[in-house]
Parts: sequence; structure tokens; C-alpha cells
Amino acid sequence: MYYQPEIETMPVEELRALQLERMRESMRNAYENVELFRERFDEAGVTPDDLASLEDLARFPFCVKQDMRDAYPFGMFARDNADVARIHASSGTTGQATVVGHTAEDLRNWGDCFARGIAMVGGDENSTIQVSYGYGLFTGGLGAHAGGEAMGCTVIPTSSGNTKRQVQMMKDCKTDILACTPSYALLIADTAIEMGYDPATEFPISAVICGAEPASQNMKDEIAEKLGIQYCDVYGLSEIMGPGVAMECAERGGLHVAEDQFYCEIIDPETLEVLPDGEWGELVITTLTRECSPLIRYRTRDVTRIVSEPCACGRTHRKIDYLRGRTDDMLIIRGVNVFPSQIEQVITEFPEIATQYQIILTTKGPLDRVELQVETVPEFPIDEVRKIEDLKGRLAAELKSNLQVSVEIKIVEPKTIERSMGKAKRVIDLREAKN
Amino acid sequence: MISQLTVFLANERGRLAAACRTLADAGVNMSSLVLADTADFGVVRIFCDRPDEAAALLVDAGYRAAVTPVIAVRVPNEPGGLARLLEFCDEAGMNVEYGYCYSVGDDAAVDVLKIDGDDAEERLAAAGFDVVRDEGAHAA
Repeated sequence: MYYQPEIETMPVEELRALQLERMRESMRNAYENVELFRERFDEAGVTPDDLASLEDLARFPFCVKQDMRDAYPFGMFARDNADVARIHASSGTTGQATVVGHTAEDLRNWGDCFARGIAMVGGDENSTIQVSYGYGLFTGGLGAHAGGEAMGCTVIPTSSGNTKRQVQMMKDCKTDILACTPSYALLIADTAIEMGYDPATEFPISAVICGAEPASQNMKDEIAEKLGIQYCDVYGLSEIMGPGVAMECAERGGLHVAEDQFYCEIIDPETLEVLPDGEWGELVITTLTRECSPLIRYRTRDVTRIVSEPCACGRTHRKIDYLRGRTDDMLIIRGVNVFPSQIEQVITEFPEIATQYQIILTTKGPLDRVELQVETVPEFPIDEVRKIEDLKGRLAAELKSNLQVSVEIKIVEPKTIERSMGKAKRVIDLREAKN
Repeated sequence: MISQLTVFLANERGRLAAACRTLADAGVNMSSLVLADTADFGVVRIFCDRPDEAAALLVDAGYRAAVTPVIAVRVPNEPGGLARLLEFCDEAGMNVEYGYCYSVGDDAAVDVLKIDGDDAEERLAAAGFDVVRDEGAHAA
């Protein structure tokens, strides 16, 4: 089932031609209306007319989040106030907030992008979608809301919070699709179970559309199992639009990018060279239809790869793989790129190991040495040395096969690993050559 | 079965001293302590009065500690006391994961064994071994 079949299943050649045409328009919009792009293009000696093929995009300069902070609030708007229908802003907890403007057309396109994901989970105008993302400057709530309205669903705008009421609405109003963050989906599921329900069998809900924060496969499986639903991963970022840039169909294996609206490249974050499809690197997005806040080659810092194999669902738009982490988190160990999220994923597969962990990087001769400190759960029998050694061996083997890097496991006493209320310090880099 | 207090420690200077100090300050009296050490961690096995309370105390203090049921057999304090017990286990197909012994006065010794499976204690008792069941008895 498709929302816009003519676009979503468009023959690839036609889609590339559409992308090129729209990319030129988007470049002109950026070049003519946003000072930053005009200066950058001029510096690089390129103009929108130099874009003869999609590959030519590699000749154009990148832009980054700091550019948007510097331009706060409206410095990168390509439209006057009269044409701006709404603004959204990032939280700004890590610096100056970034403000993104949307014209009425931008909002319509956004709704279409998200509505395609509703179709991917089998939704249509008969569906009821409960939006438990926060509403406000954050793009989650209103983005999912727009998708539900575009599809013609019944939208329940519960926003986040008051979890028992969320469960009650979900049951009484017969919610088919829940849209929220993965951690909130799990809390809603657990709350329903605590309230004495079995949502998997007693509630009509058939899908969740979750995004805005990282979730391990185990967590996704847990949500799917507890609610008895299809899990749809949604990708988006407020700088580019919001949720709906890419969404996961029932075939899984990645998220279909709305390629008629966004052009994705993967670059090596060190050399900035464009990498071929299939290789992991930093996702760079160029908006093709955004009127108010066009972005050319925006470096997302998200690490993924492009999956270009045809999908059995019939959609021709390429996928991005599930995010591996952020370039800021990437460790280069003996020349191999490793993300703490990969290590965390392996740890979650071992019920004997507690979720606290710490990675210590040191230099041993010419090589990097990686030590992973973990704790056993209290239930794990600690009296037999063999069982502890066996656990270490299995964890080391699993990490080696996942990361392609040898990791020494050290099982430590509880509280050796520092607890913190906020973001835990997971990596301690003591390598000599590191700056 | 009798209760063994088991403590997991990092193999670092001062860790055993700190654990023993924690028990001492709570007035826990140990009657035996053995340490299995590896390159980076050690497993301490202790008999003491009030093992459950001691384990809870250590956990609260940030240690990984537990009470583990183990089998204790009283054997004569003479050559072959342990050998006969282990030969029986071997012939009966019982796998001994770990063990240790201590003498009780001049006449008797207690052999402590961790054996796989649930019925080991019954089988030893049925074969005539003097299985220690009373938790206080081992300290005698």
C-alpha cells in the first residue's frame, strides 16, 4: 500500500531526472536568497549552473549546524516573513538554538513524507494515529500530526506525558498507530501491562512509528513484542525538516529516503570524499524542495550507509541503513571505525552483563589496546571462576566478530564504572598519540 | 548444604583488605577464607557466622557478593580422608567445580565441594558420608 504510488514507485531513471531538476531549483533558491550559500559558492568558484549531473554536487561546499547557529535566527531563510508559515527550533541545549522556517508548501511536503510512512505500516484514511511525541518547537509532534492529517487519519494529539491516560486513549479510542520516541513507546507498553492489560492481544494497535532518539534492535523488538505491532523506524532532523526524511517499510533492512525531496550522499568524515553506495560514513543531505530553509550538502553527523538494492515493497527510493551513531562518537581503533553503539548492542545481547560499561583506550607498543569494563548482573553466579571466564570469552568473541577489533574484557566490581545522572562517560581515551 | 559467602573482587592491591575490613566492622566472624585468583579478578569464598547478613552488607557497600550453597562433608583427619570422597564423586560421575578443606581439631576435617547437579548431597549421604547440614556445625 502506497500513499503516493506515482512518486514512491517512480522508475529510477525518472526519479534521478526529477532529483537533478529539483536540485538545480533548490541550488538557485539557496544561491539567490541566502547570503551564506552565495558566499560559499562564490568562494568555491561554482554556481548552480555548474550542476550538469547529480555527481556534480560533489563540487559544492558543505554546510554544518554551526552555520545555522551563526545565522540565528533568520539568516538562512530564503523567504520573507509573509511566506513563512511556521518556525521550529532545536532545543539549543548544546549551544545556540537553530531556527528553521517552513512555508505552507514545505509543511504540505512534510505531511506527505510522513504519510508515506503511515502507508508503510498499513495505515490509511480509516486509521487512528495517536501522536505521543511532544508538540511544540520540537518537530516530532507536529510532524507526525501533519502526516496523519495528510493521510486523512483520525489524529489523537495526546502529545507526551500522562502515560496512564495515553494507555486509556489508546484502548478506548482504538488507536491503530502510535507515533512517539522509542523510549516512550516502551514506557507506554510497560504502563499498559502494569495497568493489567495485554496490549499485544487486547488493543487494536498494529504499528508504531518511532524516531528522534537511538534505539537498539533489542529495544525495538521488545516494543514490537509487548505491543504486538510492526515497528517503523523514522529518520528526520529539525534542520532538514523533521521526522519523515526516511521511513522503514515492512520489508525492513533500512529506511526509504523520500528521494524526490532529499538527496543523500555518504562521505568519509575525515577526507570528505563521497563514498559509493553501501559504504558506511557520514550522511550528507541536500534538500530538493524546501522553500524557506534550503540546505545544500548539510553534514548531519549521523553515520549510516546507502542501501541501493531494490526493495520487495516496490518502492524505488533508496534506503539508508539504521544509524550507527554520530561522527562525534566515532572511535578509530587500529584504523577501524568503531561506535560505542555497536559495543552497546552486543552487550544488550548478554543478559549476564549489566548495562553499565566503559571503554578504556590505551597504547600498547605501536597498537591501540581496547579494554571493555563491564559488570555482571547481581543474579550471575560469581562463585565459579570457569563461568566468569566463559562469559568473558563469549563476549570477547562476539565483539571481535561484530567490530573486527579485538577487545579485552575486564569484569569489574559494581560501582567501578562511574554512574552519572546525565550522559554517562562511556569512553576514556588514554592513547598517547591522541590529542 | 551450607552457606558459603562468595565475594568477587578486582585483583588489585587492597581490595581483599577492604572487604575484610567491611566484614570486621560489622562484627562478622570468619572461620575460613580461601581465594581463587586470576590475572584480573579473584573469587573469595568464606565461611562465617551470619552469611546472609554479611552478603547483604557487602552488596550495600558496593561489592558483588552472594551466598552460595555448597556441600560440606566431615571426614576423618587421616591420610585418604579426601581421596576417598573424591574417588566416590569421580566414580559416581559427579563433576567437582571447586573445593577446599580445613581441619577441625585433631580428629576431623571438613571438605567443601561445589558439585554440578542437584542430587549430589543426597547421593553422598546415601553412600554413608557424613554430610554437614547444620550451618553452625562447620565452625565447630
